[in-house]
Amino acid sequence: MRRVAVIGGGHTRFVTHSPNTSLELLAEASMDAIANSNISPKDIQAINCGNVLGEFTDGQGMIQSYLADDIGCNHVPATRFEGACATGTIAVRDAAIQVAAGVYDIMLVAGVEKATAMDTPLATRTFAMFSDSRYENPAGFTFPAVFAMLCHLYASHYDIPLETLKEQMAQVSVQSHYYGARNPNAQFQKELTVEKVLNGPMVTTPLQLMDCCPFTDGAAAVILASEEMARKLTDTPVWIAGTGQASSGHLASQSRYLPRIRARELSVKQAYKMAGIGPEDVDICELHDCFSIASIIAAESLGFAEFGKAGQLWETGETKIDGKIPINISGGLKSKGHPIGATGVSQVYEVSRQLRGDLADQGRQVDGAKVGLVDTLGGDGVIVNLVLKRD
Amino acid sequence: MKYKIDFQTYSDALKTNRLLGLKCTSCGAVTCPPKMVCQECAGTEQETIELSGKGEIKTFTTTYIASLGRQVEVPYTVIMVALEEGPWISGNLNEMDPKKVTMDIIGRKVTLGHKVFPGDLYSSNEAARPVFSFC
Repeated sequence: MRRVAVIGGGHTRFVTHSPNTSLELLAEASMDAIANSNISPKDIQAINCGNVLGEFTDGQGMIQSYLADDIGCNHVPATRFEGACATGTIAVRDAAIQVAAGVYDIMLVAGVEKATAMDTPLATRTFAMFSDSRYENPAGFTFPAVFAMLCHLYASHYDIPLETLKEQMAQVSVQSHYYGARNPNAQFQKELTVEKVLNGPMVTTPLQLMDCCPFTDGAAAVILASEEMARKLTDTPVWIAGTGQASSGHLASQSRYLPRIRARELSVKQAYKMAGIGPEDVDICELHDCFSIASIIAAESLGFAEFGKAGQLWETGETKIDGKIPINISGGLKSKGHPIGATGVSQVYEVSRQLRGDLADQGRQVDGAKVGLVDTLGGDGVIVNLVLKRD
Repeated sequence: MKYKIDFQTYSDALKTNRLLGLKCTSCGAVTCPPKMVCQECAGTEQETIELSGKGEIKTFTTTYIASLGRQVEVPYTVIMVALEEGPWISGNLNEMDPKKVTMDIIGRKVTLGHKVFPGDLYSSNEAARPVFSFC
């Protein structure tokens, strides 16, 4: 298998109520990625596109083909991916495999969502479609409800007083907003306080509004290239050194492992093994903080803390830019935003920029970062991990 | 290969407060709700069984922001129950004011009943769902 590099990327600002269509957002991020990779649309041999809810948000299916046409990648194979919130990362992983296998030398991966085109009840309904439509949705499952149940289970399983856990969770949101306030692409560029998190409206017990990521409009894109092409096009390739992916069934069927997410542990193990690293080698991590409790559970699965103890990482500041394991220095899904088809691509874009050292101007650069980890969870079922490295 | 218990069969039984599952003839594990194969060993030789419908609450949430069409139901409590036979299933909690539900309900014994979700624009059929009451 050949080495594969991320050679450039593009990213719209993540917003509420974008005036643009999903296709326009997608094309904007894609052209920026093409331009800063020193290539032209004619160099793109295939496109992987992440978009989950285009039929609901724009009345637009098959957006990948219109993207290819709109940006002048005429007639190239264009494929759409769907894995709920992990959609973008699945698209990146699949492209990495295709370039590694020698099928293509240069691919565009772009993801988009325009979730705020839907009102909250419809958006909540569509996100609930990632629960089991037979055995979960009839009971009124929403996505916050899934993580709310994990949260109560976590407190009970590890015997942590709910008040203690809630304060740790509030710290997760506060940190995300601190860095989001410094990210010009973030949806919410405003700092938060623990008090404000804990006084927010209740969504589904025990999750309050500021424990939850928002609905978001936005797009992100990256260009992947084979080693030979990457060496010609950039002095700062970021290598996709390891990948992993795993699946699972509805939440109750995972009972043997809960509140641990078994699929994540399997996925990240694949990625670490392929990259020849362990969690102690990771300098920067973007993980799937769809809810504050989700960050805590993820950090443990990824190997950054003992099970039942990851809340302490945020409590003690170990997840900050100069901490033991800097996490979500982009603002994460909570503050940067979560346009689900774009989220994974945005995480790859962010980690690539950290590894290239591009973020000093924004005050968000992790000094000397060489190894990055991407973690994206779709529903409570699909999980993808990518290890990125620089030379 | 046909499902031993498809959703329609499961849902019809639940409408009479009977909870159907599958017992694997290879490893003995019980799968509920049913799947095509055994949840533990992926075995295909399974027999249909009726579960007791009794179990213990493992976790819960009381939801205030609902999906389209379900707003009139809020607040409502969703729970996960560990059944006596082993598997966990999801459902709702009856009897208690959802606003008063706290972590104190974790570990409480419950027994199965049901309600029917009539379906919405995006669901293919109506669906019976478990609704539990305290024992």
